[in-house]
Amino acid sequence: MRYSGLRVITEGLFGNRGWRPAWRDPAPKAEYDAIIIGGGGHGLSTAYYLARNHGLTNVAVLEKGYLGSGNIGRNTTIVRANYFLPGNSEFYSHSLKLWEKLELELNYNVMHSQRGLINLFHSDGQRDAFARRGNAMINQGDDAILLDRDGVRDLLPYLDFDNTRFPIYGGLLHPRGGTARHDAVAWGYARAADKRGVDLIQNCEVTGIDVQNGRVTGVQTTRGAIRAKKVGIVVAGRSSQVAAMAGLRLPIESHILQAFVTEGLKPVIDHVISFGMGHFYISQSDKGGLVFGGDLDFYASYAARGNLPMVEHVMEAGMTLMPMIGRARVLRSWGGIMDMSPDGSPIIDKTPVDGLYIDCGWNYGGFKAVPASGWCMAHLMATGESHEVARRFRLNRFATGHLLDEEGTGSQHNLH
Amino acid sequence: MRLTCPHCGPRDRREFYYYGASEYLNRPGPEAAPDAWDSYLHLRDNPAGVTQDLWYHEQGCTAWLKVTRNTVTHEILAVEAVAGGTK
Repeated sequence: MRYSGLRVITEGLFGNRGWRPAWRDPAPKAEYDAIIIGGGGHGLSTAYYLARNHGLTNVAVLEKGYLGSGNIGRNTTIVRANYFLPGNSEFYSHSLKLWEKLELELNYNVMHSQRGLINLFHSDGQRDAFARRGNAMINQGDDAILLDRDGVRDLLPYLDFDNTRFPIYGGLLHPRGGTARHDAVAWGYARAADKRGVDLIQNCEVTGIDVQNGRVTGVQTTRGAIRAKKVGIVVAGRSSQVAAMAGLRLPIESHILQAFVTEGLKPVIDHVISFGMGHFYISQSDKGGLVFGGDLDFYASYAARGNLPMVEHVMEAGMTLMPMIGRARVLRSWGGIMDMSPDGSPIIDKTPVDGLYIDCGWNYGGFKAVPASGWCMAHLMATGESHEVARRFRLNRFATGHLLDEEGTGSQHNLH
Repeated sequence: MRLTCPHCGPRDRREFYYYGASEYLNRPGPEAAPDAWDSYLHLRDNPAGVTQDLWYHEQGCTAWLKVTRNTVTHEILAVEAVAGGTK
């Protein structure tokens, strides 16, 4: 069924009786050409691009819960391509280009809104660093505009510009940055992958990975054994547990990142605003809720909930930046499980087990990467070679020293 | 979340700095192979359940502590000073 405005009107006139489920609910087959473990954003987009780009349609996505029940279902939805380092820059640039055609591609409204992202700076040194970052973005073919204080004031008059500790000197505007509807991204990829023949199998937890003579031969699941010569692990915060089923230890530590949503308000924040020095960023959803967050709680955790000190810190940072939000009531908060890598950059690579591939280490920035991550993971699984824009996301780069330390803070688990 | 420091008693999480898995206590010898260093610095079991990690009582007695805790429930099971002493 193709979605369109005409279809919405027609269905509305006839009692909405014509809508059908957006994807099938198949039972697992005994064997597939490829299995993707994990039915989140990255797993679903990998499955879709395996079918679309490589003609591999005998593919199953195995999800232990329901599709999109992990971090793709709860995040702060920011889409941007403002990276600096070669290796990251071309990858996120590729992803943003895919985002810009995603709705047409998937025939699904993912509510991608390029409302502009503004990263604030608060000193001469930080301005220089942001100017350099902006130049790198422009060299990559993306867009960046360095705003001075008055330029920021024109766009964001409600900020406290004269804060004593962090007076606002200006901001780096990334006009093509913005937000998207997170659930819709999962649903759009799921529907499009299903339409091309991919089996999306829910409530199917992988409990073991079968390896014989150094080659993967399939997986054990709560719905029986499934054979496959190619298996991709795309499970974000649970990467260490799933990789351990194949005897692997990963350079990953899982941490909590909290985020918050207020009650719905009238439109007040038109952009995505990032206040890095205060560990705070905010946007407003189309429903009106202010969506904001801060930094990690900074200890390894799978609790999917954080502690109050970070809640207090994020609220303080928000009040420091924009005192006007003080009367907004927080509706809910949550903690996501982040697969943190030592250098803060992701991994899309083969593993030492033949036929077993891994896509992980997305830290707290996986959402914007969903299209390109799937694109590159599919390329790797189909061809056995890293895609050009993901060639530096190597599993062994911490041992070889080929780090991608975008923050420049070091290669250690508690630094990103 | 509170940690019970062996020297200072129960203290708020904000007084502590998290360093990482207690593997940092098992530093390889100078003759160790590169793989041992990679394992020590980067590779982690990262368990969902009971784990041991190192915390620094930065705003208290400045002792390094080995904390046994559950990463799923945030329950603190034991805290001992790396330099010795348990409470």
